[in-house]
Amino acid sequence: MRREIGRKPADGAKLVSPKGSGSPSVTPGRLRVFLRALVSSRVRGRLVWYLVLAVIAIPFFLPFWWMVTSSFKTATEVFADPSFFPSAWRWGNFIDAFRYQPFARHYFNSVYIAVIVTVATVLISSLSGYAYARLRFAGRSLLFVLILSSLMMPSEVTIIPNFFLMSFLGLTNTHWPLILLAVLGAHGALSTFIMRQHFLMIPGELEDAARIDGLGNFGIFLRIAMPIAGAAISAVTILTFLHSWNLFLEPLVFLNELRLFTLPLSLNNFRDAYGVPLWHLQLAATTMSVVPILVVYIMAQQKISSALAFSGLKG
Amino acid sequence: MTQARRNSISGYLFIAPQFVGFLVFVLGPIVAVFVFSLQSRSLLTGESTFIGLQNFRRMFFEDGLFLVTMRNTLVFAGGLVPANMALALGLALALSRGRRGVGFFRTVYFAPVVTSAVAWAIVWRFLLEADRGLVNQYLSVFSITGPNWLREPGWAMLSVIVNRVLKNLGMNMVIFLAAVINVPGEYYEAATLEGANAVQRFRHVTFPHIMPTTMMVLVITLVGSFKVFDTIMLMTQGGPGHATTVLVYYIYFQGFRVFRTGYASALSVVLFVVVFALTLAQWSARKRLSHYET
Repeated sequence: MRREIGRKPADGAKLVSPKGSGSPSVTPGRLRVFLRALVSSRVRGRLVWYLVLAVIAIPFFLPFWWMVTSSFKTATEVFADPSFFPSAWRWGNFIDAFRYQPFARHYFNSVYIAVIVTVATVLISSLSGYAYARLRFAGRSLLFVLILSSLMMPSEVTIIPNFFLMSFLGLTNTHWPLILLAVLGAHGALSTFIMRQHFLMIPGELEDAARIDGLGNFGIFLRIAMPIAGAAISAVTILTFLHSWNLFLEPLVFLNELRLFTLPLSLNNFRDAYGVPLWHLQLAATTMSVVPILVVYIMAQQKISSALAFSGLKG
Repeated sequence: MTQARRNSISGYLFIAPQFVGFLVFVLGPIVAVFVFSLQSRSLLTGESTFIGLQNFRRMFFEDGLFLVTMRNTLVFAGGLVPANMALALGLALALSRGRRGVGFFRTVYFAPVVTSAVAWAIVWRFLLEADRGLVNQYLSVFSITGPNWLREPGWAMLSVIVNRVLKNLGMNMVIFLAAVINVPGEYYEAATLEGANAVQRFRHVTFPHIMPTTMMVLVITLVGSFKVFDTIMLMTQGGPGHATTVLVYYIYFQGFRVFRTGYASALSVVLFVVVFALTLAQWSARKRLSHYET
C-alpha cells in the first residue's frame, strides 16, 4: 500500500514530462483525497492497470509522434533538442522532399502497383479459393496441400532463382516482378487459403437453387458466392495492399533506376552525396508514407487488425 | 456433359491462373534453388558449373562467417521470440478485461504492425543515434550515458531485436486476445468457486485453452524471426563488423553484393530446410493438440 502511494505521483509526473523528476506539490488535502481513492483495492488495481499499459505504450507511440513533429523541424533542430514540438511548423520540408528526388513519382509507383496487385489478387484468389472449396475435381486435395505447404515459405528462399527468371524474361528494372511475385507467390497462396475458408461456409442449397435457375459454375461464383464474400474480400484486400506497399527486398533487388523506385526504397534514398541522411527530408517523406496508412488503420481499426491476425493464423 | 464433368473442368479453369503462377514463381524456383546450390554461379557473367556439395562443405567447414551468421540468427530468434510472446500474451490478458480504454491501447500497440518495417527502422535509427538521439538524451537526464546503440556489437543486436519486437508484437497480441476471449466463461466461474486464484486460473483454465494458438504463434514468430531482413539492412547493414549479420541478410550479401549466387542458393536451402521443418512441426503439433480446440 505504502509503496503504491510513493510511486504514483512520480510515475504520473513522468508521463506528463519525462524531464520533471521532482514530485509535484502535494498538499495535505490532496493527499487525503488521494488516499481515500486508494482505499478501494478495485480502484487501485484499475489505476495500476492503466499506468502499466500507458508506460508500455510509450515506445509504440513516441516514434510516431517524434517522426511527425520532427518532419516540421530544420535539419539541425531534429537533433538539437528532443522537444515534443518544433519551434516553428515548417511545412517547407514536405515540399523540399518532392524537390530532392522524384518522390511524387515514387509515391505514384507504390500506389499503382499496390492497386494492381490488390485487384489481381482478389480476382485470382477468389476464383481458385472457390474451386478448392466448392468444385470437385480429381487431385483437388493434393493440389491444395501443395499450396498450403508453401504458405509459410518466405519469398527470400526463392529470390535468387526468381531473379534469374526475371532477367531471363527481361523484366528486371520494370515493375513486373513486384506485381507477378506478389500476386502469384506465397502471398497469393495465402489469399487463396483465406477465400477457400470463407467459401466453405456457403450453404449448398444456395448453389442448388442457382443451378436450377440455370446458372453455370462461373455464374454461381460471380452472382451468388462473390456478393456474400465481402468479409473475406476485404480481409484479402487489406492484407494484399499492405503486403505490396511494404515490400522491400524485391524492389531493392529488381530496381535500380531512380524513377522506378517505390516508397520503401525512396525513403532510404534521402541522403546527400556522402551518404549522410537528410534527416528532416527523410522524416517528412516517411511521415507522408506512413500517415495515410495510419489514418485508414485508425478508421477501420477492428477490421484491419483482425484481417492481419487471421493471416497470422494461416496454415 | 454431366454436372460432375462440368464441375471438374470449371475447377481446373478456376485454379489455373493461381496454380500456374504458383508453379512458375514458387515451386519451380524452390526446385531451382536446390539445383543452383550445387553450382558455382556468378550473377554477373551468368556462368555456372556443377560443383556437387562444395558449397555446403565450404559453408560448414571453411566459411567462418556462415557460423557467425547462424549464431547471430539463433541469438536474434532466441531473444525475439520469448520477448515477443511473453509481452503479447501479457498485454492480451490485460486487455481481455473489457475496461474502458482497451480499444485505445489496442490501437496503439498494433499501429507499428501496419507501418512499413522500413519507416519503423528509419525512425528508430534516429532515436538511437549515439549522442543526439532521443533515447540517449533521455537517459542522460538520469545521468546515464547511453551506448552507441547501433555501432556496438551487443547493443546493436539488442536494438534490432527490440525494434522487431515492438514492430510485430501487436499482431501476436491480437491473436492471443481472440483466443483468450474465446475461453468459455463457465470454466472461470467453476474455477473461482473452487477457490482458484488468478495465477491458478491462468495455469489450469486459460493456458490449456490457448495452447493450440500458442503453438501456432510460436511457429509463426520463429519463422518471422528467421527471415528478418529489412530491419537489419536499414538499421545496421549487418554490422558493426558482422555482429548483426543474420541468415537472410547474408543471402542478400552473397547473392547481390558479391554475386556468388551459387553459394547464396546453398544458404537459401538452409533457410528452406529450417522453415520446412518448422512447418511440419506445426502441423504435427496441431494434430496432437487439436482436441483442445472448441
